[in-house]
Amino acid sequence: MGDYIVLAISCILINNILLAQFLGNCPFLGTSKKMETATGMGMAVVFVIVLAGIITWITERYLLKPLDIEFLRTLSFILIVASLVQFVEMFLKKSIPALYTGLGIFLPLITTNCAVLGVCLINIKEEYTFFEMLVSSFSYSVGYGFALVLFAGIRERIILARVPKSLQDTSIGLVTAGMIAICFFAFKGMV
Amino acid sequence: MTEAILFMLGIGGVCGILLSFASKIFYVYEDPRVAMVESNMAGANCGGCGYAGCSAAAQAVVKGDAPPSVCIVSGAEGAAKVAALMGMDPGTAETRQAYSMCDGGVRASNKYHYLGVISCKAMSVVFGGQRDCHVGCLGLGDCVNACNFGALTMGKQGFPVVDENQCVGCGACNKACPKDIIEVKSMSDKLLKFNQINDPLAPCSQTCPAEIDIPQYISHIKNGDYSAAVQTIRMRNPLLLSCGRVCPHPCENDCRRGIADEPVSINQLKRFAADYEMNSGSRVPIKCAPEIDKKVAIIGGGPAGLSCAYFLRRVGYQVTIFEAMPKLGGMLRYGIPEYRLPKKVLDWEIEGITKLGIETHTNVRFGSDFGLGSLVAAGYEAVFLGVGAWKDHALGIPGDDLKGCFNGIKFLSTVSAYVSSGISEKDVLIRNRMNLGKRAAVVGGGNTAVDCARTMLRLGLEKVYMVYRRTRKEMPANEVEIVASEHEGIEFVFLAAPSRVVGNESGEVTHLEYLKMELGEPDASGRRRPVPVKGSETLLEVDTIVTAIGQAPDASFKEETSRRISELTLTRWSTIDNNPATLQSSIPYIFTAGDSATGPALVVDAIGGGRRAARSIDLFLKEGKVEPVKDSLQKKRIPESVFKTISGVQPIKRAVMPELPVNIRLDSFVEVDLVLPEDQALVEANRCLSCCRICYNPDKKPA
Repeated sequence: MGDYIVLAISCILINNILLAQFLGNCPFLGTSKKMETATGMGMAVVFVIVLAGIITWITERYLLKPLDIEFLRTLSFILIVASLVQFVEMFLKKSIPALYTGLGIFLPLITTNCAVLGVCLINIKEEYTFFEMLVSSFSYSVGYGFALVLFAGIRERIILARVPKSLQDTSIGLVTAGMIAICFFAFKGMV
Repeated sequence: MTEAILFMLGIGGVCGILLSFASKIFYVYEDPRVAMVESNMAGANCGGCGYAGCSAAAQAVVKGDAPPSVCIVSGAEGAAKVAALMGMDPGTAETRQAYSMCDGGVRASNKYHYLGVISCKAMSVVFGGQRDCHVGCLGLGDCVNACNFGALTMGKQGFPVVDENQCVGCGACNKACPKDIIEVKSMSDKLLKFNQINDPLAPCSQTCPAEIDIPQYISHIKNGDYSAAVQTIRMRNPLLLSCGRVCPHPCENDCRRGIADEPVSINQLKRFAADYEMNSGSRVPIKCAPEIDKKVAIIGGGPAGLSCAYFLRRVGYQVTIFEAMPKLGGMLRYGIPEYRLPKKVLDWEIEGITKLGIETHTNVRFGSDFGLGSLVAAGYEAVFLGVGAWKDHALGIPGDDLKGCFNGIKFLSTVSAYVSSGISEKDVLIRNRMNLGKRAAVVGGGNTAVDCARTMLRLGLEKVYMVYRRTRKEMPANEVEIVASEHEGIEFVFLAAPSRVVGNESGEVTHLEYLKMELGEPDASGRRRPVPVKGSETLLEVDTIVTAIGQAPDASFKEETSRRISELTLTRWSTIDNNPATLQSSIPYIFTAGDSATGPALVVDAIGGGRRAARSIDLFLKEGKVEPVKDSLQKKRIPESVFKTISGVQPIKRAVMPELPVNIRLDSFVEVDLVLPEDQALVEANRCLSCCRICYNPDKKPA
């Protein structure tokens, strides 16, 4: 049990997918202007990463490995994740319209998100067991959502500051992101 | 290698097949028109329409939430195509435009200093912004930045200026504004807007029963743009010529200049603008919204009915007025004498209203000539009941039915009918036909009483007394009217309560007997109650007595055979019972305002009531239920806008109303009050401080 907690903490804070690994930056900058959008996006990411993690883990374990074609991993994962998101979107629209309207606009946005693919590949690289994979996928995505919401909160307040014209909007956003990343560095000492 | 190729083909095939099956299984029906509508939109997903992308906009159009013209990029051509698809008229939707109510801007004083803040949103996060006034514009231009069409600029005075040719009504500015100062509104929205507690309103506009934007029309007069002034007044009051003459201008009591100086002569400026339009020979065009296929019946063509009809017509409804008298105008025509409001002026004003496309039927009385059933059968979906208060209270003393006794409203309307028929110059004729004598007493102290007295002087009676049971201070009539009647030689008998009418053998009035009174304890209205002095009976030698001690609505229409109308409840003053906020009566589709709802009140109250009823009828017909205006003011003052002292005001003399000399006016029914000359009107307009809620433009200090 203790191992899982350490794994979760390291995925959420120490190896935060956004701030330590710098994956999935496009939606990080794109959907972090408003808290509301950031929360929606965070939920969608949790949902998709966990699903993608499960399905890619199974693919790796029962298809790629036995057939000895691991070099096709990246290629096949892209295809699988893209189809999965499309499938989920259709499923939600029909079966759970309420969830669809909540996540709807964000789902297509993360079809080919590098954070999703990144988590799937890390899961394989670290040779996690199925349960470890579940914990890591969930924690990485929660870490993503956490960083996104944190960043949106800061960006909502940045408008209070007097920012030079050339640094406004995305530029100051990236600078801020860098500074939060440095702060996150401090978590390295935790484990 | 072959393995790899086969694997990729396999996995691709599986994904493809799964997805295509999924799309069959999880198929959700979508109106095919959505796709068709979307194909006629620009496809730019610009969000200019206010929806999240073209697809969302198309869905809104099909659902009926958005007009066919919603796409701002595809323009009129696209709108026509979409309208054809939906089987609608492309013109049905009214265009909306950005509109800012605040005109304070930089003149408003600052409460805090926010160094270096560059957006309104940021500023409003901290203590709601720097201004003293919590509703005012912050002036950093978030709305200007949000506008994709270059329609907004930040004016020199520190509030946004809308370029109406560029604005497409997308609402991006409204979303960007943290204080809802800039709003996107159609003309109908503006016409049916009511004062709310958080609006930037000048004291005068808060008090005005019709809620006219007074500082704005005065500033148009200042700029010499008289037709814009007329248009501004017409947003709230269609009877500006009449109101400019007869309104007792409660607004002037609350004029901010009045705290340190005499108030601005607001009503004379209204009359100046209104008369300017009439004398210019051409009418300022009045815009109406696209027609709505719904019919509303207006019963009663008085100020309330005319106002309600005018606003409903401008919003697009098909309106019909039913009037019991031979001509429209109600009390304006039959209750207010010619010398105060010439019939020619009233005709011109009413013609302008009916010319908007309002059908009128005169000489038809509700209850006897037509009923509620016939209106419903004819397809009227809502009814406005504004029948006025035409039933005089009787004097109720012995002898009040003798020959020579008249009732106020009956008397005035009879004279008005004669004057309307063009025999005003031969007033002797009227006197003889009505069997008026030589010496008259008018009982009562209100405007009707004063009107009766002044009318009788003009009909050639030798002596006219006004008998009132309290003193001059308590007279409810307008001060100007009392002063004018004093000038004209009317004799006042105060503290006198009629007790008996004395007649001769042939039943004609010879004397009015009254009891002398003294003032006692204050009553519910705060006025001191008159108490009779025992044994003080006094005789006044008169041969004509007019009673004008109040009126009530004539509710005889309730005797109509239709069972529905019997459900209409009345108050104990026989006015029509209604919800004061929505003016809806006990029958949901009947709305009421004016004297028939409030009891005798001002013309401007009836006009404001008519507009309020129009708003309720609009809501009733569009949404099925009527919600009151949120945080409505209804003549209440906003506490923070009430000042005890005021700085920066130098006394400048108020314009004096020109009047006809007494010797000329007593011989005829020619209008007594005259309009201000242009130069004086401009001086008077410049006395206006252009107040808003808190800020105002102080007089310039001498250098």
